[in-house]
Amino acid sequence: MNLDTPRGPVLYLDGVTVSFDGFKALDSLSLIVEPGELRCIIGPNGAGKTTMMDVITGKTRPDAGEAHFGNSHDLTRLSEPEIARAGIGRKFQKPTIFKNHTVFENLEVALKTDKRVLPTLRSERTPEQDARIDEVLGLIGLRHKAERKADLLSHGEKQWLEIGMLLVQDPRLLLLDEPVAGMSDEETARTGELLESLAGKHSLVVVEHDMHFVESIARKVTVLHEGRLLAEGTLETVREDPRVIDVYLGR
Amino acid sequence: MTALLTAVVLALALDASTLDKLARGSQAERAGAVSALAAAGDAAAAPLLRALVEGRLYAGPEGPVLIEEGGTLRDALTGAPAAPRDDLEKVVINNRMRRSLDRALAALALFAAQPAERLAAARALQQEPDPDLLPSVEAALQREKDKQIREALLTTQAMLALSAPEPARRLAAVEQLRRVPGSTSKRLLTQRLAVEQDPAIAAALKGAVGSVEDSLQRADMVGLLFSGLSLGSVLLLAALGLSITFGLMGVINMAHGELLMIGAYATWLTQSLFRNWAPQHFGWYLVAAVPASFLAAAAVGALLEVTVVRKLYGRPLETLLATFGASLLLMQAVRSAFGAQNVEVANPEWMSGGITVLAGLVLPWNRIVILLFGSFVLLLVWVLLSRTRLGLLVRAVTQNRQRAAGLGVPTPRIDLLAFALGSGIAGLGGCALSQIGNVGPELGQGFIVDSFMVVVLGGVGQLAGTITAAAGLGIANKLLEPVAGAVLAKIVVLVFIILFIQRRPQGLFALRGRAADD
Amino acid sequence: MATMTRRLLSLGGNLSWPQWKLPGAGLRTLFPRWTWAIVLGGYAVLALLVPVLNLAVPASSALHVSDYWVALGGKILCYATVALAMDLVWGYAGILSLGHGLFFALGGYAMGMYLMRAIGSDGVYGDPVLPDFMVFLDWKALPWYWRGSNSFLQQAAMVILAPSLLAFVFGWFAFRSRIRGVYFSIITQALTFAFMLLFFRNQTGFGGNNGFTDFKRILGFPLANPRTRIVLFALSATLLLLALIGCRLLVRSKFGRVLTAIRDAEDRVRFCGYDPVGFKLFVWTLSAAICGIAGALYVPQVGIINPSEMSPANSVEIAIWVAVGGRGTLLGPILGAALINGAKSWLTVAAPELWLYALGLLFIVVTRWLPDGVLGLFRREGK
Repeated sequence: MNLDTPRGPVLYLDGVTVSFDGFKALDSLSLIVEPGELRCIIGPNGAGKTTMMDVITGKTRPDAGEAHFGNSHDLTRLSEPEIARAGIGRKFQKPTIFKNHTVFENLEVALKTDKRVLPTLRSERTPEQDARIDEVLGLIGLRHKAERKADLLSHGEKQWLEIGMLLVQDPRLLLLDEPVAGMSDEETARTGELLESLAGKHSLVVVEHDMHFVESIARKVTVLHEGRLLAEGTLETVREDPRVIDVYLGR
Repeated sequence: MTALLTAVVLALALDASTLDKLARGSQAERAGAVSALAAAGDAAAAPLLRALVEGRLYAGPEGPVLIEEGGTLRDALTGAPAAPRDDLEKVVINNRMRRSLDRALAALALFAAQPAERLAAARALQQEPDPDLLPSVEAALQREKDKQIREALLTTQAMLALSAPEPARRLAAVEQLRRVPGSTSKRLLTQRLAVEQDPAIAAALKGAVGSVEDSLQRADMVGLLFSGLSLGSVLLLAALGLSITFGLMGVINMAHGELLMIGAYATWLTQSLFRNWAPQHFGWYLVAAVPASFLAAAAVGALLEVTVVRKLYGRPLETLLATFGASLLLMQAVRSAFGAQNVEVANPEWMSGGITVLAGLVLPWNRIVILLFGSFVLLLVWVLLSRTRLGLLVRAVTQNRQRAAGLGVPTPRIDLLAFALGSGIAGLGGCALSQIGNVGPELGQGFIVDSFMVVVLGGVGQLAGTITAAAGLGIANKLLEPVAGAVLAKIVVLVFIILFIQRRPQGLFALRGRAADD
Repeated sequence: MATMTRRLLSLGGNLSWPQWKLPGAGLRTLFPRWTWAIVLGGYAVLALLVPVLNLAVPASSALHVSDYWVALGGKILCYATVALAMDLVWGYAGILSLGHGLFFALGGYAMGMYLMRAIGSDGVYGDPVLPDFMVFLDWKALPWYWRGSNSFLQQAAMVILAPSLLAFVFGWFAFRSRIRGVYFSIITQALTFAFMLLFFRNQTGFGGNNGFTDFKRILGFPLANPRTRIVLFALSATLLLLALIGCRLLVRSKFGRVLTAIRDAEDRVRFCGYDPVGFKLFVWTLSAAICGIAGALYVPQVGIINPSEMSPANSVEIAIWVAVGGRGTLLGPILGAALINGAKSWLTVAAPELWLYALGLLFIVVTRWLPDGVLGLFRREGK
């Protein structure tokens, strides 16, 4: 962990607006995530969850509004790799791993290190790095499959590997898009445990459809609807909110 | 005016003494006789003068002058048959004489019976204006009733009268020429301006030159625009099919150029069939060639889809290579069947020639027809895609294959139909290309890069973009050509496209947002 | 775990640049032992045995390798190097170039300029400075970009600089704006097409249609002499070997793993904190440079270079060499280039009209039924 971790929120969005051909995917959305927090984001399809992640990771530039990471990184100005190096890791909805690499190599590529071209050319792993990879392999439960080609993993294992690839980058903030989609109940439970163990050390933002999963891990929940923030609070307060019942939970 | 009239009346007929001078006189006498005949405007003198030019006039030291025609001799004056004589000699002429005879024949044609001949003669005299013929032109003007021919004659008269001794006539000539801008008018006016003494006329000349230059420039611009649009319509025809197979379906078909080629060959085959079996309807072969080229290319396209493209959906780079192989096969097959040489496709009668829209600007019919044909095909594609069930299904499948399949759309069949449609449209493009260019096995190779550029530049899946890109590229190419030369123009346009795509990877008419990322 | 880590350690990260760490140790494990044997054995045959059989064995002997085979072999070795370079970008970085013929031709033209100047006054028109085609065009002096072209060293530098510079500038624009997949392929095709048109012009100053030919000597050695030719042949074999080892070192390093990661999931690489532009640009430019060197060795052996080398069809053919051999394998493309060009030189003589049918079918067959190429067949059987 960085010693110079600044005080104040890890993620700060204020008035973020994104429109595509007149359609507002995000409509002055504001969101604050504190260090070590585990935040769940829910909302129906098209509520702007993916677009919000795109803005945070630099894939989409907002038309208006501010987006800051810590108090030194302006997310609207940095490129995707710069944001990743600054300490934001993102897991896609569909597991995106390097399918022709082994599990070990997947983690090795993702590992936090100098990622410019020439340093990569002459890169050699240090024992510390090997230890770090081994540690994460244990964390995601894939130590016995380290040499297996990633393509041959089960769906759930691929999801874990992707989370592992975020962890070896030592991110301060993890964005997880539907991390338990397509997992068995047992795998879902294990993923929940994993995420809960990460909270505290890292800040986590989890976008999820599976309400049972949200229930099992949620501390604070944000509900998005049509690009706007509809409600925010503990799962219980959100559940009572008539607007939320109206657009999402009621259905 | 009286003097002129008398001259006409005096020299009215072809008489024995004129004939005698023509056949046996000195050079000066003969030249005089020719001028007199020309000025008389007697169309009957034309056969005689033509015989003289063609070396078919015979005369002895005395006796009647004879014209040889198809092996028999006739009296030049009476037309009665005559017997050959030993003392007959061919009347020889020198080059100077030949030139004045040519002019005289042209002048006589002004009095021909057929209006078309008279019009042609009036125009022919404008090519190399000869002030000596002024009397003939004016005599013809007196008689002429046809409005169009009168207009042409007035112009001819003005061209000839530019150096007339009377200032008033010169001024009138300048005014007339100002009304008919053309390169000849410009040259004559400029020449006259250099030697004109009269300040008033010089000023009028200067004004006229400027005005003629302006309208010539306008005509140039229109001409350039037209040839740009024409090239654009060719590119559009080549690219329209691609905008379905590549733009909508995302299939990168490197054999697209060969489908154009197939269409062109189908046109050629139809033409040969008509020539052999129905020569009386030859002018209409294109009407049959349009569906033939569509079907031929669509059939080849369908075959390609079933054997190659279908197996490689979702693997664009492999599709690219496999269809490139298909293009080699198609080219070689055509070579084996019809030879490696270009085949000849003739324009039907009604497509040759052109129309004059501005002075000095003729638009060829075949280009106009292709421009119209391109618009027609465009309309067809638009209607098919946006107004028919097939179009709806194609768009559904291309936008979300799984969901369309889930809704019961037979996606493989739609893919096949859409690909065949795109291929057939390429065939139509080939049919059009056969009318303006060479038809050979390599025909498609010249278009593949260009048509992909049109689709990429226009934005994938965007008909409006495809049209704009095709027209824009055509015009840009033609505008650059006079400045940079054809090859450099092409290179400049290619470099521009490459740079443009850097700035706007989605093309001219891009969808912004998530749809564009998928 | 520990043993596995150690094994992975010894495999990865062999490349340490700029200073090499015990290259011998890294090189030994670069290929499996049998592959090493084949590679080195093949090289020994080409660089040592063939010259002996060509020069020292009398023509009457059954073992004699004729000049024809040396010329054909040299050509194929150059093509194989191009295929290797193509595999580096296509097989490992997923960038299908349809313009690699351009880089090959640019290297060839750079060498051709030197060879044209080296003709001296032995040309048809006997001008001591101007190449024949310039005299023919009635030019009075060399254009500025021919300055110094009589220096072998300068042109040798140009052989590498011209293609790499073009590749770098083009790649910088293309990769930065994230042009990928078929779009990139089509634009590279347009690029080589544009250059072909440019070089076809007489005014461009590279001999137009006819290009450069009638070379006499290189560095003073006559090109008609079998000894000169066998040296060029051996050099081509050496270039191929060095390129193979270099490419293998690269793809076995972490750099190589990042490259394949870009091929498989570019977005993920970006979210891992790498900027793919630099990686692609590096390997793209390197590949162009290798092609340039291959082109420079090709021209003196074949004796001609003209704009048809830049035709789009030529570049697509390179892709099929790679696909036939097996992309992403390095050895496969070499095999593919040899097989196809061998077959081509045989068929175009035996049954010229069949060649294009064969080539066309090959494109379809390989992409449909042999996605891993010929080497893929062996590998699958081995498993």
